Amino acid sequence: MYNFNFHAASSLDDAVAKLGAAEDGTVMAGGQTLIPVLKQRLANPTDVVDLSGIAELSGISASGNGVTIGAMTTHAAVANSSDVPAALRAVAEGIGDPQVRNRGTLGGSIANNDPAADYPAALLGLGATITTNQREIAADDFFTGLFETALTDGEIIKSVTFPNATKAAYAKFPSPASRYAMVGVFVAQAADGVRVAVTGATDCAHRGPKLEAALSANWSPDALDGITIPPDHLNSDIHGSAEYRANLVIVMAKRAVAAAG
Amino acid sequence: MPTVSMTVNGKSVSGEVEARTLLVQFLRENLNLTGTHVGCDTSQCGACVVHVNGDSMKSCTMLAVQANGADVTTIEGLAKGGEMHPMQQAFQDNHGLQCGFCTPGMVMSAIDLVAKNPNPDEATIRSELEGNICRCTGYHNIVKAVQQAAKTMGG
Repeated sequence: MYNFNFHAASSLDDAVAKLGAAEDGTVMAGGQTLIPVLKQRLANPTDVVDLSGIAELSGISASGNGVTIGAMTTHAAVANSSDVPAALRAVAEGIGDPQVRNRGTLGGSIANNDPAADYPAALLGLGATITTNQREIAADDFFTGLFETALTDGEIIKSVTFPNATKAAYAKFPSPASRYAMVGVFVAQAADGVRVAVTGATDCAHRGPKLEAALSANWSPDALDGITIPPDHLNSDIHGSAEYRANLVIVMAKRAVAAAG
Repeated sequence: MPTVSMTVNGKSVSGEVEARTLLVQFLRENLNLTGTHVGCDTSQCGACVVHVNGDSMKSCTMLAVQANGADVTTIEGLAKGGEMHPMQQAFQDNHGLQCGFCTPGMVMSAIDLVAKNPNPDEATIRSELEGNICRCTGYHNIVKAVQQAAKTMGG
């Protein structure tokens, strides 16, 4: 790992100021991806601004309409919170391993937007809203590509608000080694209709319009019989071919609908 | 260079580190607490697990500067007055190790596991030890050890 200047930010404003003053600064949330990335020298920031000391970025608050989770809230805290709906708790509980869940954060996961990350599917599947220090961004507009998001320079995620859903569940086929999703599918009967979000299959998590249409007509695993996902542009690696992942999308979607009831 | 101060195994310690120094390097190289191991250095194997403010974490995936002000417990901090921690004793009683390289991390993870699940069943133990890899494939006796320790720790 190359060396860098380390700054422990005391507030969101302080973090923005320190980022602004840096030649090539980066934000660190839980560091469970960033530190491995730095070790591999895939990134070489001049400055790292650590958000873990900013109390206002952590915490979970439920209202009648949904739940708002601070960006620096750990996966373990989400998984163990009675204020969080079961489908979302299950997403957090399936990330990595207990030690990663004790440090990894919601904000860090979605800002990184790994193609196989779990949280992006949950945000898209529930129609969540991301609140940053500058604005609110709908999940549908947030995940823009491979490790790319709508966040601009100096923009830091404060929290994510997940609206209530009538039914929701997440099913993933984890890589046995990393627990990242080979394919994960989040399904929900949300306020604005049926939502289906797929992660692990392409360059980043995305909605599944064909699956949404089928499930809107008939909320049942059988409704997905006969639908095929073209393998073009699907991820292909030593863990599974594009064709394998295309099949997994349907299998995981069926399992998610069955789990949602 | 940044200076860090923290409590390690009940003692206040401080030292100068580079920003990029990992917590596990600080523990091993500055404090000579070499019971915490580096296996994979990629957050997979769990040989480096320590407790930070009571939660198990991978000290190879945390900067020493991030532990500034924290309360850290390593494998060396478990035995009290020459008597092993119930989890350490259970690993010995059940032959829960072969080469022993993964053992410090296994023990630290297992203590956190039992603290959060006082009465874990076998499936829970196996899934909660997901972040610890034993290349001697000794999981069976490790699970038995955790089951025994859960009884003595909870008792």
